[in-house]
Amino acid sequence: MSLKEVVNVPAQIIARHLQSKGDAAALLSELVAHLRESRTQLREEWARRITLTKLLTAMSEDEIFAEATSVYDNYVEALETGTFQALQAYARNLSERIIPRGVETHEVVGIVLLLRDVLARSLFAKYHEDFTQLNRILDAYEPAANRIANTVAVGFVQERERIILQQQEAIRELSTPVLQVRERLLILPIIGVIDPHRARQLTEQLLRAIRTNRAKVVVIDITGVAAMDSNVANHLVQTVEASRLLGATVIVTGLSPEIAQTLVTIGVDLSEMATVGDLQGGIEEAERLLGYKVVPLAEHATQA
Amino acid sequence: MEVPILKQSKYLIASIQSALTDADLSQLREALIARVGRYRARGVIVDVTALDVMDSFAVRTLRDVAHMARLRGAETVIVGIQPEVAFAMVQLGLTLKGVATALDLEEGLAFLDQRARERVDHAS
Repeated sequence: MSLKEVVNVPAQIIARHLQSKGDAAALLSELVAHLRESRTQLREEWARRITLTKLLTAMSEDEIFAEATSVYDNYVEALETGTFQALQAYARNLSERIIPRGVETHEVVGIVLLLRDVLARSLFAKYHEDFTQLNRILDAYEPAANRIANTVAVGFVQERERIILQQQEAIRELSTPVLQVRERLLILPIIGVIDPHRARQLTEQLLRAIRTNRAKVVVIDITGVAAMDSNVANHLVQTVEASRLLGATVIVTGLSPEIAQTLVTIGVDLSEMATVGDLQGGIEEAERLLGYKVVPLAEHATQA
Repeated sequence: MEVPILKQSKYLIASIQSALTDADLSQLREALIARVGRYRARGVIVDVTALDVMDSFAVRTLRDVAHMARLRGAETVIVGIQPEVAFAMVQLGLTLKGVATALDLEEGLAFLDQRARERVDHAS
């Protein structure tokens, strides 16, 4: 490399840089004009490739085409204006509509990347003779396209997270009922995940119910509890002991094999706790403790 | 403050009306154990409905009363623990192990009657 060339390189870079600043806007508008021009064709190509790759199986072809059209227009608009608010709003709106239909994250990201590929190919096809121009067009196109893909994907994921949060809230609001099934016999069915907050609420509710219903026996059914850790188990033990202090006996029913195994493995001491296999057994045991005997009416008649 | 101890047939009933000092609690323990012998009592009921706090000394004293009374031939039952108190006790690990508990005075009496019947059944 000659000295002259070495000196020349920075100058070239600076020149290109200056030029690109002014050019970027022009390039982008050229790009947008091209995308508008070949809108019908590119949109069809995109929809075809979505169907081909078996994305969005939850939607019909017509729906895909309709959505593809509006996504395409929004996409071009975002490219043109360089602002993403409109696209963000559209992405959120779209996510709201398609999430309930079971559209997955990978599908959404997949289709946006497909559109990027389709558009890039059309650019290759248009500028394949002028390599420098293609490079400059791509320089303008790629950052914008990547940002759009990012915006749509993030919008979708945010919408999903919002829905998940909403559902968590709804689950938490479902209170756990304390039911009286017989004079002085309460049932507390627990369903779902027990976190410390819920465990505390549950215990307080139960203790209050024991007092107001003058309960002597309580059956806590945990058939609906999928998993249990040492914290929850200890809380359960505390609930049992607190109930005993109020004079009520607690029977725990419906421990699944998995939970039984976990509790034994982590070494929670449940020796103080009366446990019965299922809810029916628990209620029978409770009736026995209360001095009830349930007999069929016919048998009762012959006895009397 | 001294806790009144009532005698009702074969049972002694101590109804705590206000917060007690450690000295009061010890005094209650002595008085109850002495009277179990004097009245030939078969059961002791300690009513703690009025207490909104139970510290470790109170819990230990009540447990001691129960164990001592048993040695003297009487069954003890603690009645009227408030839900909030029960929860706090359990969290502090004060669980009155081996001591009978009941919801209120009525339940406590029913429990002692039941125990007396069981003893009779056992004997016969």
